[in-house]
Order: sequence, then structure tokens, then C-alpha cells
Amino acid sequence: MNASETPSPSRYKISKNPEGGTTLHIHGNMDAANAGQMIDELTALLSDYSLSSLTVDLEKVDYLDDFGTLVLAHLRKMVTNGGNGFYVINSSDKIKELLSILHFDSLDEKMSIEKKRSSGIFIRIGEATLQQISDLKYAISFIGSIILSLVHICLHPRSLRTDDTIRYMQRVGVDGLPIVALISFLMGLIMAFMSSVQLEQFGANIYVASLVSLSMTRELGPIMTAIIVAGRSGSAFAAEIGTMKISEEVDALFTMGFNPVMFLVVPKLVAAAFMVPILTLFSDLFAIMGGLLVGVFMLDLTAGAYMAQTIKTLELFDVFWGVLKGGIFGVLITWIGCFRGFQVRGGAASVGQATTSAVVSSIFLIILCDSMFSVILRYWG
Amino acid sequence: MGRKAIIRVKDLRAGYGKDIILDHVSFNVYEGEVFVILGGSGCGKSTLLKAMIGLIEPRAGKITIDGDEICVDDDATLQKILRKVGVLYQGAALFGSMTIAENVALPIREYTSLPKESVDALVRMKLGLVNLKGYENHLPSELSGGMKKRAGLARAMALNPKILFFDEPSAGLDPVTSVELDDLILYLNRSLGTTMVIVTHELQSIFAVAQRIIMLDRRAKGIIAEGNPKYLRKHSQNQFVKQFFNRQAEVKGVAGKGPQ
Repeated sequence: MNASETPSPSRYKISKNPEGGTTLHIHGNMDAANAGQMIDELTALLSDYSLSSLTVDLEKVDYLDDFGTLVLAHLRKMVTNGGNGFYVINSSDKIKELLSILHFDSLDEKMSIEKKRSSGIFIRIGEATLQQISDLKYAISFIGSIILSLVHICLHPRSLRTDDTIRYMQRVGVDGLPIVALISFLMGLIMAFMSSVQLEQFGANIYVASLVSLSMTRELGPIMTAIIVAGRSGSAFAAEIGTMKISEEVDALFTMGFNPVMFLVVPKLVAAAFMVPILTLFSDLFAIMGGLLVGVFMLDLTAGAYMAQTIKTLELFDVFWGVLKGGIFGVLITWIGCFRGFQVRGGAASVGQATTSAVVSSIFLIILCDSMFSVILRYWG
Repeated sequence: MGRKAIIRVKDLRAGYGKDIILDHVSFNVYEGEVFVILGGSGCGKSTLLKAMIGLIEPRAGKITIDGDEICVDDDATLQKILRKVGVLYQGAALFGSMTIAENVALPIREYTSLPKESVDALVRMKLGLVNLKGYENHLPSELSGGMKKRAGLARAMALNPKILFFDEPSAGLDPVTSVELDDLILYLNRSLGTTMVIVTHELQSIFAVAQRIIMLDRRAKGIIAEGNPKYLRKHSQNQFVKQFFNRQAEVKGVAGKGPQ
């Protein structure tokens, strides 16, 4: 030891070698608990020295792990000469073994992990386009296999998985009824209330009944029901199939000789195609009840007059038309939900995306279809 | 024994619903040893493991880890305990939306104040230790089962915990990878003094790494044998212990390949 010892935190001692180098004596453990602090302290401590060469004395270090190795690597980087002037002395055999296993000598050649470079914008646009095209192809072939499965079911009705179908009917229909009923009831209430504000001025209170019943059965009933079913069941279908896909259950079905579409999609499809129309009927009914409530308690109509006006307004065709739309929406929701489920690749995040996209695309398709039906009915009916 | 017990399990009772799977289970794990929990399917190995890392609450009895008792409701103590343990899950449980490097870096970033490039260097070292150099930017879904498991180990030992728990480390691995993993376990045990608690029923692995084992049994709802595996194989009087060590070997001989 030379004369020029410097006072420093007790864990470190610095001395100058006769040849001009610096020696750093470290006491105690160099582990995960104090590595971060050590790097900061040593950086501050050694910044005053011109480090042409640094010797680290590990004689008093009892325990060193990979975090400690990191501190050593950091010290080596501070030496101006690069690796040439850096020495570790008096290390125990254990530490030596660790340093060699961790390839300490070649450690900081390339310290940071580079992120994968994202490719240029044109490449990404191209890739996205190709992805969309292959999605579209898959969507079409998916429709095809659903149709084939349905044909097969029609020819061999016994191959329909009845238990599953009934279970899904319960989940889509029975379990969904309370929320559909509540929301439709409130819709009817709100519509009656809002329209009465206008119609009252003309003394046309009775037409509230016509407005509520006609708009609910023809348009809003099926749409509201379909949106609720998309949120409740479409998302569940996507998540269920997506999770099965990740855990290789779909592959298992396939190798056991089942047709995954027949096994997983058809029961859901049949259930939704039957249950959404029924839910639509309930929705109409509860909406009319909501309107009736407003009519009786706020507009001084009698229940009999309200119902008579409702029956006078509605034709059977309106109800059928709404119910038919409900059935078509049910098929759409199941198709999108299952399709997104089958598209899942990778991990949990992908299931989340599939679920979101199932709901968003269902709602979009429901509205789109409904507008198309309105136009068709206007010019054709 | 003079060594310090790092895990103490005393009169543990655990189960699901009406079923009691473990009852009156007591044992110690000593600092720095490789401890194996084994037994047939359904004997409560995984339940015991889950109880030791605070995932399920024991019905009765207590578990102490490095002096602190596990209590599922005492969040502060539980956090303190969990900082001392790392767990390698059976399916590796890597986060699918993060790269391998991000998976390993996650606990390091959260619990240390190291600068970014030091974290990266550390992640490289950890991945080098488990032989996954060059896979930093891969997603877990792009790796094979064995690679995932090794990446899971790198993440479990990210903070050099005092105790590492392994749930069926060699399940689904080929023999070569399995032996490599065993070597890695022994190496970590030797160089860093990490205590290893391993749940397995892979015989070769047991004889290669275990210093002490406990064997659980479904009917006994607890421990039926405790000690050194090689000694137990030769000298145990318990019928099931003998069967376990020998029947497995028979199955291997007949079927031509070992059971997973």
C-alpha cells in the first residue's frame, strides 16, 4: 500500500500503486441487494481518478453473484484503457468459477439488447395487406366449412351435439333474458317518454303506442337484442375457442377425428339462431310494457286504449320481419365470434384481441346488415 | 441437525373443498440443500408446493420461510417472503406478450435500481447460464417446451432468490435437456448456495440431484418416508417406497421408455 490512501465509504478502500495504477479494495457482499447502489457509489468515487489501470482486490468479498459480476464489468468499462488495465486479484475459487461460467472476460462487448428493428413502412403496409387477404380467404373458407357442416347436420340430424346445443341455448337465451328484458323495458320507457313530449303538443298522445311498438319490433328490438348477445355470447365464443386453440384442445379434437367446426361452431350456431329470435320477441314485449307504463301513468291513457292502438299499428309481418332479422343477427354473431376464436395465435393477449374484435365486428355487421335490410324492404316491399 | 432450517412446515393441513389432501405434515428444509418432494399422482405434491409459496391458504398448521410465517392475509410479510423465493412453474408461465429478455428483466427492473444497460447485461448473463443466448428477442410462443422451461428458470432466478421452487422441472423435456437442467440446478446450488425445493417423480433426476427427499402418499395424506433417496431405495421397509423406486424401473424395462 502506498501513502496516498483516500477516505471513502467504509465498504471501499482505494490505494495508489507505485507503478501509477489504482487498487480498489472491496469489503462485504456483492449481490443483488446492493449492486445498484455499488455502481452509483463507485462511479461517484472513482470519477476523480484517472483510471489508466485498475486492480480490484476481492480478498474481503465473501459472496459474489452475477449482480456482483455486473459491478465488476461496470468498473472495467470505467478504465480508460479498456480491458487492458483491469485486473481482479485475490478472488476465491468459487468467485473465479462463477466469473468464468458467466464469461466475464467477454461480457461487455455488447451489453445492451437491441430491439428487433421494425421494418420500413412499405414493408409493413404490404405485410398488413397480405395478412388481410389471408384473413379474408380464411373467413370465406370458414363460411364454407360451416355450410358443409350444416348440410351434414341436415342429412344426419343425429350428428348434432344435442347436449352442447341445449347448454348453449341456455347460456345465450335463458341466461341473457333478464338483461335483454331490462334494457328493452327501459328503451320502451325512454322512447315513450321522449316522443310524448313532442306528441302531447298536438294532443296525439295515443300515437306514442304506435311509435314505440312499430320502431321496437321492426328495428330496435332486434338490434338491441343482437348487440347484447354479441357482448354476452359472441365474446364468450371467441374467448372459449381462442383458449382452446392455445391449449391445443382444438388440435386434440382434430386428431381424434372430430371436425372442429362441427364440434365447436355448429351447436353455438344452432343455439344462437334459435334463441336470438326468441329474445327479440321478449325484447318487443318488454319494450311495449315500458311504453305502456309511461302511457298509463304520464299520458292519461288507459291500458286498454294503449294496447288497442298497439295492435292496430302492428302487422304480423312487422313482428316476423324483426324476428327474422334476430335470427340472421344470431348467425352473424356466432360466425364472427367463432371465426375470431379460431384466428387466435400465441398467448393470452391474442385471446383478448380476438374477444374485442369479435364484439366490435359483430356490432358493425349487425348495423350494416340492418341498414341493408331497410333499403331492401323500402324498394322491394 | 446443526444446519439452519430455512423452511419449516409444521402440522400442515391442506385441501380443496371437502377433500383433505394433506394432514399433519411436518418437515424442515435446511439452508443450501436440494430437497425433493415426490410421490404418486394426486398425493398432494403440488398442493404442498402451492402452500409453501402462499398460493393457497393452509387449513391448519404453519409454514415458516426464513423466519417469517406465511400468512395469506398479511401482505407485507408475504411480499417479504416472496422476494426470497423464485418459482419455476410446470409450463414455465412466461408472459406471452413479452420477449424472453423482457420476461427475465421484469423482476430485475421492478426490484433493483440498476441502469438499463446493466439490466440488459444481467439478462444476457442469466440467459447464457440457461443456454439461451441469442433468444433474447424471441416470444415465448416461438420457443420449444424445453427452451421455455429454461427461460422460466432464468426468470425465476433473476434476483438470485435464496430458495428456488421447481414444479416438475423435467416434465416434457428430452433426456439430454433434462440432465442439463439437473446440472444447472446442482451448479446453482453449489455456486450461489441456493436452496432448491423440487417437486418431481422423475427417478433419474431424483437420484442425480436430491440430497434429501420426502415421499407423500395419498392414502396416508402425508409423508411416508424421509431421507436420502439412495439410502431409502436400499433400506426402506415401507412397501410403497419400495414399489415406487422399483415399479417405475419395471415399467421402464417393459415399455421401453420411461413414463413422463
